[in-house]
Amino acid sequence: MATSMTSYPDDVAERLAQDAQQILARYPEPRSALLPLLHLVQSEDGYVSPAGIGFCADVLDLSRASVSAVATFYSQYKRHPNGTYTVGVCTNTLCAVMGGDAIFDHLAAKLGIGHDETTEDGTITLERVECNAACDYAPVMVINWEFFDNQTPTTAAETVDKLLAGEPVAPSRGADRVSTFKEVSRVLAGFEDGHADEGPGAGHASLVGLELARKNGWRIPGEEEAGEAAGPQVAADAAASGTDPVGDEGSSAEREPRTPGDADADPVKSTDEEGTDS
Amino acid sequence: MSTLAPVLSDLWDAPQSWKLDTYVSRNGYDGLRKAMETDPAELITMVKDSGLRGRGGAGFPTGLKWSFLPKPDGGPRYLVVNADESEPGTCKDIPLMMANPHSLIEGVAITSVAIGCHHAFIYLRGEVVHVYRRLLAAVREAKEAGYLGSDVLGTGYDLEVTVHAGAGAYICGEETALLDSLEGRRGQPRLKPPFPAVAGLYARPTVVNNVESIASVPGIVSRGADWFASMGTEKSKGHGLFSLSGHVARPGQYEAPLGITFRELLDMAGGVRDGHELKFWTPGGSSTPILTAEHLDVVLDYESVGAAGSMLATRALQVFDETTSVVRCVSRWIDFYQHESCGKCTPCREGTFWLKQILQRLEAGEGSESDIDLLLDVAGNIEGRSFCALGDAAATPVKSAIKYFRDEFEQGLHTPAWELFPYEANAAFTGVSS
Ligand SMILES: Cc1cc2nc3c(=O)[nH]c(=O)nc-3n(C[C@H](O)[C@H](O)[C@H](O)COP(=O)(O)O)c2cc1C
Ligand code: SF4
Ligand code: FES
Repeated sequence: MATSMTSYPDDVAERLAQDAQQILARYPEPRSALLPLLHLVQSEDGYVSPAGIGFCADVLDLSRASVSAVATFYSQYKRHPNGTYTVGVCTNTLCAVMGGDAIFDHLAAKLGIGHDETTEDGTITLERVECNAACDYAPVMVINWEFFDNQTPTTAAETVDKLLAGEPVAPSRGADRVSTFKEVSRVLAGFEDGHADEGPGAGHASLVGLELARKNGWRIPGEEEAGEAAGPQVAADAAASGTDPVGDEGSSAEREPRTPGDADADPVKSTDEEGTDS
Repeated sequence: MSTLAPVLSDLWDAPQSWKLDTYVSRNGYDGLRKAMETDPAELITMVKDSGLRGRGGAGFPTGLKWSFLPKPDGGPRYLVVNADESEPGTCKDIPLMMANPHSLIEGVAITSVAIGCHHAFIYLRGEVVHVYRRLLAAVREAKEAGYLGSDVLGTGYDLEVTVHAGAGAYICGEETALLDSLEGRRGQPRLKPPFPAVAGLYARPTVVNNVESIASVPGIVSRGADWFASMGTEKSKGHGLFSLSGHVARPGQYEAPLGITFRELLDMAGGVRDGHELKFWTPGGSSTPILTAEHLDVVLDYESVGAAGSMLATRALQVFDETTSVVRCVSRWIDFYQHESCGKCTPCREGTFWLKQILQRLEAGEGSESDIDLLLDVAGNIEGRSFCALGDAAATPVKSAIKYFRDEFEQGLHTPAWELFPYEANAAFTGVSS
């Protein structure tokens, strides 16, 4: 266990150093490698360990304090050894209303643990998670950041039972089986694990609009009569003829900035239409 | 009547839709070929003429943003794609990248050529591992096929693309916080000016754009600016993904020209779930003021939603029926903003904390006489006084909900929300008690 160690044994350090070099090579400036390096440390220790902090600090020539300050800012970096599986139940508003609260309560009662706590056998860390960009599949559960869509307390509990029994579980949209926390952390450090081609391209909710359009024969401009195959040619022709300014007069694309800086990065004020980014 | 316009989503039902072969078999990367033969300035003009406005929230004209980069000085210029998608309700970029990552990669390549960037970044939120796998694989495939890497399509142009995973922080969606995070720091917003166009990543000229904005670029280049501009309304051009969630019969992604109405979309989604009626909805995520049933016919473009007192933003249409407690919803949204406040400025850090306390009291039916005014007062002190738009966003649901449903907040002085609106009745499932 690296838990109480403040540095890695030589063989581990050497292996991680090789990974670190690959990570550093992706960025023009070394410090950009810090987030993936922290994911890498989690793939070794299952959390951001003291040894891991020391490792990142050494690789990037930063103080341990500055590495810690970054690590504690982000919710995916764990301060304590994580379970093999993070079971996250979305309890942001939309999912909560659709049943996420009931699912979380059910799992918490079943496992006898609360938010950010781990079962005694080290299998499951339970979390309330924020909106995971899958609201059209609410209520949503994520296990090691793989999607389990349209959950009920019963389906969520069944999946959790399998995890406790050491059986593989399959997400709705993701790899064939959920990898361990450490394995997934290695992917998040930017190392491919060979599972990209597993699972569907899109779930049912992602396709409802497309299916409706197909059913009704709704086509996009330029493909109305021509049908799909002719689309690009039609498009190319349109493009070739489109050298004149084509936006309507007064279109926002035509507006001039007041000053270059002002118009760019403060879209809110310069467009006068929007109150906030989101 | 408006119909749907599946442009970006058109490929999503193809077998192995995420693979390069699939994308190329549907004329994928034709836009890049064309872009490589086009003057970069002409590409920027094309995107300006198309009327494309940023799909990440604020709706700023994309081509105009690109044109703000200072003249090349021989040093690096960067494109950073904002793939942090974390605004509650927003769920369009993640399915897009899972089903068709190459539409984004092609957009990245074209945009890079247009702005003179040789190293682009995609900053993906860390909580979607399968999407990260798909993006890493797509970049690898595109590189192997010569669409990225050194000597793109034999033109001598070099383009590196790094897909970077975040680590869980909503604020990293704010473009300057994102840049700090990408530089390996805590994700806290920067003071503007200087704006990213002038001093962005590593203090170099940088364009930050949303996933859907960039994925819309190949279509504009291959089909033409006027093709894009033929969809939408006068000032809100083109197609956009509308994401319906919550109490609707068929939640999901509906890609349509901007300017479709909420009523039309709701009809397409089979209406509010059986036996229920619309109570309130968000046009563009939790940071946009809620609207009600009186706004069913609002035209979903930037101007009209603005005129109705809200914002189009990310087109995240979260639908709540009459069984839902608005106090509960606002309370939970504020939990989110309080949790995600980066702590840099006092109005937001302290204000969200206070809002949370008050809303929890009201949800529990234990509010005091002055609480509603206090809510408005605290919200008013956050709004306009915060360092970044997250603070303003936190004030938004509070103010808009009190505007339309003040009586429900008043009931929070004596009756818990779960008695007024039993929470079991909201759920998508029945018969399981927790
Ligand atoms: C708190 C906050 C969160 C944001 N989150 C996102 C996000 O997840 N994705 C995104 O594209 N823009 C987000 N934005 C908006 C960005 O700051 C920026 O305006 C946008 O990425 C620009 O791209 P666009 O012009 O293509 O829309 C956020 C803004 C704020 C204030
Ligand atoms: S408004 Fe909130 S999120 Fe933005 S800088 Fe201030 S504390 Fe941070
Ligand atoms: S609210 Fe749960 S995924 Fe968006």
